[in-house]
Amino acid sequence: MSVDAATVRRIAHLARIAVSEGEVPHLQGELNAMLAFVEQLSEVDVEGVEPMTSVTPMQMKKRLDVVNDGGIADDIVANAPATEGHFFLVPKVVE
Amino acid sequence: MTDLTSLTLAEARKGLAAKTFTSRELTDAHLSAIEAARVLNAFVMETPDQARAMAREADGKLAKGDAGPLAGIPLGIKDLFATKGVRTTACSKILGNFVPTYESTVTSQLWRDGAVMLGKLNNDEFAMGSANETSCFGPVGNPWRRDGSNTTLVPGGSSGGSASAVAALLCMGATATDTGGSIRQPAAFTATVGIKPTYGRCSRWGIVAFASSLDQAGPIARTTRDAAMLLRSMAGYDPKDTTSVDVPVPDYEAAIGKSVRGLRIGIPREYRLDGMPAEIEKLWSEGASWLKAAGAELVEVSLPHTKYALPAYYIVAPAEASSNLARYDGVRYGLREQAKNITELYENTRAEGFGAEVRRRIMIGTYVLSAGYYDAYYLRAQKVRTLIKKDFEDCFAKGVHAILTPATPSAAFGIGEKGGADPVEMYLNDIFTVTVNMAGLPGIAVPAGKDAQGLPLGLQLIGRPFDEETLFSLGEVIEQAAGRFTPARWW
Repeated sequence: MSVDAATVRRIAHLARIAVSEGEVPHLQGELNAMLAFVEQLSEVDVEGVEPMTSVTPMQMKKRLDVVNDGGIADDIVANAPATEGHFFLVPKVVE
Repeated sequence: MTDLTSLTLAEARKGLAAKTFTSRELTDAHLSAIEAARVLNAFVMETPDQARAMAREADGKLAKGDAGPLAGIPLGIKDLFATKGVRTTACSKILGNFVPTYESTVTSQLWRDGAVMLGKLNNDEFAMGSANETSCFGPVGNPWRRDGSNTTLVPGGSSGGSASAVAALLCMGATATDTGGSIRQPAAFTATVGIKPTYGRCSRWGIVAFASSLDQAGPIARTTRDAAMLLRSMAGYDPKDTTSVDVPVPDYEAAIGKSVRGLRIGIPREYRLDGMPAEIEKLWSEGASWLKAAGAELVEVSLPHTKYALPAYYIVAPAEASSNLARYDGVRYGLREQAKNITELYENTRAEGFGAEVRRRIMIGTYVLSAGYYDAYYLRAQKVRTLIKKDFEDCFAKGVHAILTPATPSAAFGIGEKGGADPVEMYLNDIFTVTVNMAGLPGIAVPAGKDAQGLPLGLQLIGRPFDEETLFSLGEVIEQAAGRFTPARWW
């Protein structure tokens, strides 16, 4: 499988990465090189094989349903580029 | 007094305990060495004040006799580990001046045991790379050069700063992480020892995530013994990482020097690649003969799905990365590019903040997870991963204790020499190491010799799950036979 220019633009938008028109042909070439490389997986017989979900055979651990952390709003916003009090600031989302 | 930076970690521990020198002296010697080696670009942040304060505290404890196992030992920390109050960037512009308000579990355990932090080490951006060339702080120089050449070579990646700093005697050991070979490949390129433990052995909490089902932390050090000492402190169960495994941490150092008589060592025929350099082939058989001479038994084994590990990795790892890196949105931390609406804010921030390799991997990951392609790519890759793991399980079920392979398909190469036209050329560096991550197994790289140009080469040993001890025992046999390798200082 290979991707065309329209698909490159669609993936970039899905990934929320701005891509200029000039970058598209280059990216398309690189993505197709990677896709050509992984293409060899299609020759593996995976009939009846379970996909791996956990590399270690273990039960998924569940945390107790208790509050064990919190009260650190200052820490949470400490590295934000724009805040007001304990809120993150973003461009207007709802008109 | 001999140069304190040339001591091994184990020797330094003895010297500190015997009060031959203080941690402050040891730390100052390393801080000077770091300053004199800035041309290597191994450190992206030096923390001399913090280092001296930690050394003073360690000296106090050493004097009182209640010091931890790493008391006063100066270490470097890969910039992927969150360090409280110290800038942590994953060597990406997108994290900007991120200063964590918390400490990663692994580093907190090193400080618990008395270690001293010298600073943060360079790495490939978000640990994506095999040459440490994708860092936003620029490439790292390998302290090793080809005989008679002034060309600066890469130290490997992604833990290039860790490997370079340890090899150049800038720190006694370093933390590192390994998603597809990022501890073992740079260790092999710099004649250092690097171990990626079993998945779940070290907590991933507080380590910047790349591909969560593959990422593991481990140490890079100058000897197997030093690596064993570091891993003991770094490993252990952590309730904050749900994939962390609750099994006791053994005294890895006790495995150093333990007899390997009777151990069965698998030599996998699929690792004998067409066109493999003769010197790698020779190194491999030499390593096997050393283990045999020490009493181990060699058996040829087959891992039939080996060649599919790297392509499967380049689906699974980017897929997980595309999900993990969705958090860099210009809102909660790090870089933010201005825009007139929220979508453009995300798109502009991520275009500006991520480097080319990271953007490429996020896009491939997004594609293989997107509607209509998930089954063909991601699901198939996860099935192939099951087969890769089964290859190893079958091999271990036949009584094989560990597997011996070359660590890398070549020695270190020059900066800018690989991957310019085709990213896959760079990816092939991890061909021998990536299988281990796919199967969640422990793997150690140990220096074993040099190529015709005088560059170090390493061997890899792959172990059963949670049997790092056997790897340390076998690694020590190779280290004793091969000797240690130190680069000639040019910086």
